[in-house]
Amino acid sequence: MLKLPIAKLDEFFAAIAAKETLYLPVDNEGGQAQYKEWKEGVSLSRALNTVRSAKDFFFPQTENLMEFKTQGKAIEVIDSRKESEDFVIFGVRACDARSFTILDKVFLVDPVDTYYKTRREHGTIISLACTRPEETCFCPLFGIDATEPEGDMRGWMTEDALYLEPVTEKGTALAQALGDLLEDADAAPVEEQKENTKKILEKLPFSKLDMEEFNGDNLLKLFDSPKWAGLSEACLGCGTCTFVCPTCQCYDIRDFNTGHGIQRFRCWDSCMYSDFTRMAHGNPRLTQLERFRQRFMHKLVYFPSNNDGEYGCVGCGRCLSKCPISMNIVKVIKTLGEDK
Amino acid sequence: MQREMIERAKALLADGTVNRVIGWKAGEFDYDITPAVFTTAEELDAGFLYNDLCAANLSKYLIKESRKEGKILAFLKPCDTYSFSQLLKEHRIWRDHVYVIGVPCEGKVDVDTVKSKGITGICSMRCDGETVRVETLYGEESIKKDEAMADRCLNCKSKKHVVYDELMGEEGDVLDSHRFDMVEKLENMTPDERFAFWRGELSRCIRCNACRNVCPACTCEKCVFDNDASGIAQKAAVDSFEENMFHIIRAFHVAGRCTDCGECSRVCPQNIPLHLLNRKFIKDIDELYGEYQAGADPDTKPPLNTFTQEDAEPSVIYERGGNK
Amino acid sequence: MQVNNSEFKPKIVAFCCNWCSYAGADLAGTNRLNYPADVKIIRVPCSCRVNPMFILRAFQRGADGVILCGCHPGDCHYTTGNYYTRRRMTLLFSMLDYLGIEKERTRVEWVSAAEGAKFAATMNDFVETVTKLGENKRLEDLRCKEK
Repeated sequence: MLKLPIAKLDEFFAAIAAKETLYLPVDNEGGQAQYKEWKEGVSLSRALNTVRSAKDFFFPQTENLMEFKTQGKAIEVIDSRKESEDFVIFGVRACDARSFTILDKVFLVDPVDTYYKTRREHGTIISLACTRPEETCFCPLFGIDATEPEGDMRGWMTEDALYLEPVTEKGTALAQALGDLLEDADAAPVEEQKENTKKILEKLPFSKLDMEEFNGDNLLKLFDSPKWAGLSEACLGCGTCTFVCPTCQCYDIRDFNTGHGIQRFRCWDSCMYSDFTRMAHGNPRLTQLERFRQRFMHKLVYFPSNNDGEYGCVGCGRCLSKCPISMNIVKVIKTLGEDK
Repeated sequence: MQREMIERAKALLADGTVNRVIGWKAGEFDYDITPAVFTTAEELDAGFLYNDLCAANLSKYLIKESRKEGKILAFLKPCDTYSFSQLLKEHRIWRDHVYVIGVPCEGKVDVDTVKSKGITGICSMRCDGETVRVETLYGEESIKKDEAMADRCLNCKSKKHVVYDELMGEEGDVLDSHRFDMVEKLENMTPDERFAFWRGELSRCIRCNACRNVCPACTCEKCVFDNDASGIAQKAAVDSFEENMFHIIRAFHVAGRCTDCGECSRVCPQNIPLHLLNRKFIKDIDELYGEYQAGADPDTKPPLNTFTQEDAEPSVIYERGGNK
Repeated sequence: MQVNNSEFKPKIVAFCCNWCSYAGADLAGTNRLNYPADVKIIRVPCSCRVNPMFILRAFQRGADGVILCGCHPGDCHYTTGNYYTRRRMTLLFSMLDYLGIEKERTRVEWVSAAEGAKFAATMNDFVETVTKLGENKRLEDLRCKEK
């Protein structure tokens, strides 16, 4: 266990930023946290989590894939990729840290998404244990320990110190590079913090939901449930839940005519949108009911069926606090779970 | 009030006046309330809710609901009746398929505002007169109600119901509000300051389209932003131009029709004060073409669908307002 | 924003209504009145045809200034089109100003078919104004800039 006195936090950030770009949660104009690049004078947000998840770093909302230029009958294809540089993300919570393993299962299986892979290789994650979970948190439901987050290096922030523990090679390398700044320390304060946090985690209202119903064997039964109508009736068809979700990974590929060429880019897509997977005949999911059902069936049934039972949700609670009509995955689990 | 509303709804269901009721449904906590349609007395008993946390404007749902078989009972707050009336004017709601009961509103508590005061882990929330009592994972807290309300309620424009078949509680009045104060403050800034302000706000946009989809004035069958050929992809926040374009056009398309219900700002996951764009149009319309409140009067012409020969020239904006 | 770049030649898009302003531009041409070649005219059936999105997209595509010309109020070929234009554009320009975008980059001018001289003078004046402002930065789309 390594230790950094809280007074040296800025020094610590500066030391990392001197080597590679450092991102951390910062309070924004909207009074909420968002990841921003660390620069002198930027201070770490005290909020539990950011509105946008950390998936942006590996799977950004929009990204240019390539460009086309035409000259006569010749088409020139230009790779828009820039040389990737190493970067560090500080302050990733346990839920977001787990989301990367879920995204890996999508992007790093054959065919490997090289855009994603490159960024994964260049990124070092310093996660931070939670101490004040929100009522909307339910990560324990998915076997995530908020007091012991995954990541290349994990951290615990107490009132007077930041405790760090390298987990992977990348994490160890980073710790070594920081040298004298970090000192060896006794893990007792960390254990104490974990105990306290666990008491709160115990009290979380949704951390023990019954998930038995949600497996591939029940696929058709769940798909045909008459309850989807009631659940989806107020859905606005916006993309809030999808865009704040750390595990939603659908994207669209589009071409933009720049006037001097064509830019091909990909951008996040939402199954809640009316033009999601639109084909010549229109959207195969005709009404909001089917679109709504798709999102939750994917996370709770299809994804675990294809990935050894791992759900496509990490219980971060963003959709619970952000849905304009307060309809969310917990309400879906509760409502459909009753039908055992 | 809630009890009375449920009883009245049951009676109207029982005598066949209506076959459905649209209202608010309780969630897991006191604040996560979902708009819902109820069809039986049992459903009403089980989940129907009306209190100081029921913020959603139900009028937009009536576009679809009114096209269904039979009549639907809708409980509308003063704000919602303005939207409802505006939708009637635009022939978007079938009036004879809706039975409107106006219900009073004392201003809605906004959970994001409460959270912004540093209260976290909110498990339950109750209004006790002018105090909001909050139970959290970390103990009990309380906050004054006017510190727990969003701007739209603090600067409420009217407690009057402009359309209804029946009214519960007492009828309120149109209020003198300070709703244009912030617009004025922005107008008095220099263009550079304004530009910096809006960049700071709009750059957070994630293009989730919640503001558009919740807006009772945005009712096009197909939105211009869903058109691939519009030169702006609905799902990509590619650069600052698209953010500006989306928000200018979104606000422009509802100019003269926006009732200032504030739903856009309520639903924005990034807390962008979108109502300030709409209010700018309202303020300009008031100043240039005479006071106009969308939804207030079914017979007046919307300001952008009419004109006078004496209208100001566009050059008027070079001369007016703030620092040049 | 003052730019001391004498090289800078702004790109101007001028939407001209078919009945008055476009004919006015024609007259300016036949009378050999000078106005900068950087003014690109787009003919529209009526000034009222111009959707606010047209204006924004002109900026997106690289315009530094956008001017909209129509018949004088009262003279619209379709009787009332330009009255609606007048209200719409007033509100749009005011909104652009509200967002901190230089209001001088947008303008509405009424030019009749007989006003070739006014057309040329208007364009000269507008080009001069926009040249002083410099390149459009606040409503630009970086993807559309030629690298």
